Amino acid sequence: MKLKAMLIAGALSFVPMTAMAADLTIGFSQIGSESGWRAAETTVTKQEAEKRGIDLKFADAQQKQENQIKAIRSFIAQGVDAILLAPVVATGWDEVLEEAKDAEIPVVLLDRTVDAPDDLYMTAVTSDLVHEGSVAGQWLVDETAGEKCDIVELQGTTGSSPAIDRKKGFEQAISGHDNLNIVRSQTGDFTRSQGKVVMESFLKAVGGENICALYAHNDDMAVGAIQAIKEAGLKPGEDIKIVSIDSVPDIHLAMANGEANATIELTPNMAGPALDALEAYLADGTMPPKWIQTESKLYTLKDDNMAIYEMKKDLGY
Amino acid sequence: MIRSTHLPLLITIATFLLAFTLCASQYPAMLSTRVVANLLTDNAFLGIAAVGMTFVILSGGIDLSVGSVIAFTGVFLAVILRDTSIHPLVAFVLVLAITISFGAAMGAMIHYLEMPPFIVTLAGMFLARGAAYVLSTDSVPITHEFYDTLQSLYWKAPGGGRFRLTGIIMLLTFLAGIIVAHRTRFGQNVYALGGGLSTARLMGVPLARTTIGIYATSGGLAGLAGIIFSLYTSAGYSLATVGVELDAIAAVVIGGTLLTGGTGFVAGTFFGILIMGLIQTFIVFDGTLSSWWTKIVIGGLLFGFILLQKGLTWATTLRRKPATEFAAQS
Repeated sequence: MKLKAMLIAGALSFVPMTAMAADLTIGFSQIGSESGWRAAETTVTKQEAEKRGIDLKFADAQQKQENQIKAIRSFIAQGVDAILLAPVVATGWDEVLEEAKDAEIPVVLLDRTVDAPDDLYMTAVTSDLVHEGSVAGQWLVDETAGEKCDIVELQGTTGSSPAIDRKKGFEQAISGHDNLNIVRSQTGDFTRSQGKVVMESFLKAVGGENICALYAHNDDMAVGAIQAIKEAGLKPGEDIKIVSIDSVPDIHLAMANGEANATIELTPNMAGPALDALEAYLADGTMPPKWIQTESKLYTLKDDNMAIYEMKKDLGY
Repeated sequence: MIRSTHLPLLITIATFLLAFTLCASQYPAMLSTRVVANLLTDNAFLGIAAVGMTFVILSGGIDLSVGSVIAFTGVFLAVILRDTSIHPLVAFVLVLAITISFGAAMGAMIHYLEMPPFIVTLAGMFLARGAAYVLSTDSVPITHEFYDTLQSLYWKAPGGGRFRLTGIIMLLTFLAGIIVAHRTRFGQNVYALGGGLSTARLMGVPLARTTIGIYATSGGLAGLAGIIFSLYTSAGYSLATVGVELDAIAAVVIGGTLLTGGTGFVAGTFFGILIMGLIQTFIVFDGTLSSWWTKIVIGGLLFGFILLQKGLTWATTLRRKPATEFAAQS
C-alpha cells in the first residue's frame, strides 16, 4: 500500500521534475560495438553531445533488439527531450515508436532506417551508399583522364546492401568512359585477410602489370590488398592505384606513405547533423526533412593524411 | 521449517523494495506508472519462460533450450504467417503443440535414458536454434492485422504507463504457476523429485510422468514466451533471445529457489525478474554506466543468493541433524 502511495506521488511529481531541468537530455540507443566504425560513432556522438552541453544518456544494446526497446521505453519514462536510435534490425519498432510519439518525444534514426510508418520518427540520418560508390568512380574517371585503365574490384559481403549499392554507384560513375573497364570482381567479405587473398589471386590471374587500379568496397580489404601487392613486388599507389570507402585510420596511414590513393568517408559523425536538427526543432519547431544525407567526403593524397590518422586513431576504430 | 524456507523469498522481496527505493531516491521519475508498466511489458517473455524454469529447477533439473525455443517459435510464426493464410490463433496452437512435444521428448530422454538434463537440453538448444536458422536467417516481419489488434490492447494508466496484454499474460502465468506448484499433486511431485530421486520413488511419485510433465511445461511456456516475444518485436528472428535461458535461471535463483532443487517459490521468480528489470532500467536512467554493468550486478546478486542458500542449508542441517528433512538436505 505504501508503495502504491509512493507510485501515485511519483506520477504526480513526474511532470514538474522534467520541466525543471534546463539543459537538454537526449537518450541514445546504440546497437553495440561490433565494428571499429560503430565504436567511433559512439565516441563521436558523446563528443558532439558534450560540445553542445547536452546530457547524453547512452545505452548499449549488446546487439539485441529487446535491449533497445527496453532502453527506449526507459528513456520515455525518464522524460528525455529526444531519442537517438541506431536500430539493430529494421522490423518491429512500431509499438515503441508510437509510445514515443504519444509522449511527444522526437526520435531520430542514425545510420540505418526502420520499416515503420515515417510519421513515427522525425528524421533519419544516413549515408548514401550508392553515392559513395559513385564518388569513388568519379575520382578514378578524373584521375585517369581518358587513359586506358583496367580495374579489379574487391566486393563486400555478397548480398549485403553496402556491397550491392557501392558496386552500383561505382559502375554508374564509370559507365560511358570506355577507357575504364572492370576486369575482375570478387568478394573479399569486407575483411583484411580475405582482401589480401583475393588480391593475390587477381595478381596471378591478370598479371600485376595489367592492373591499373583497385576499387575496394571498404578500406580494410584495401589494406589487405596493399600487402598482397607489395609481396608481388609492385608499388601500391603507383603501379596500381587504390581507391576504397570508409576512411578508417589505417588507410590514411597508408595514404600518408603513398601506398593508397583515395578514400571516401563514411562519417561516424551521424549525431552532429541529428543534434543540429533536434536543436532547431526544439528551439522553434523547424521540421527537418525525412532524410538527412551525410556528406561522403573524398580524401586524396592532397590531404594531410598523417594528421587525419592522428585525429582518427583515438576514436575507437 | 517455515522460517528457513520462506527466508530466501522474503530476502528477495526485501531486496527488490530496497533497490526500488534506492533507485527512486536517485531518479524520482522511476516512481512513474510508466516504469512499472515497462517492467511488466519488457520482461513478459522472460517472466513466462522463467515460470517454466522454476519448475525445472525445483525438480533439480535445468533447461538450456529455452532461448532457442523462443527464437524458433518467433521464426516459425513469422514464416507461417507470411507464407500461408493460417489465422495466428491456429498458428499459436500449432507452435505450442510443437514446443510442448519438444519439451516432453527431452523429458522422456532424461528419464528413460537416465541422461543428465544439462546434456539433453543442450542438444535441444542446438536443435531448436538450428531449426530456426533453417526456416529463415533474416528477420521476418509479422504484418498480420490480428497482431495489430493484440498489440493495441492496453490500459493507459494515469502518468502515461501502458499496461499491455503481454504483461497481463505474464501475471496470469505466474498466478497459474503458483497454484500448480502449491495446490496440485503435480506440484507436490515436482518438489518431491527435487528432494532426491530415491526418496521420491519411495514416496510413490510417478517419476516418468512427472519428469516428462516438467520439461513439457517448460517447453510449452517457452513457446508461449516466443509468442509474446513475436508480439513484442512484430518479427521472427533466428538470432533473437540468445542466452535468455541463462537470464531465466538467474531470475529463478535470485528469486530464492535452491539450484539443487526441492525448495523455492514461483512467486520468488517474479521478484527475481523485477529485480533484473530494475537494474537495467536504472542503468539506462543513469545513462553513463556501461550497459554491461547489468551483467556484473546480476552476477554479484547470484553469488550473494547462492551463499545465502548454502548458509541456510548448512544452518538447517546443523539444527535438525537427527530429524529427517528432505527439503533441507538436498
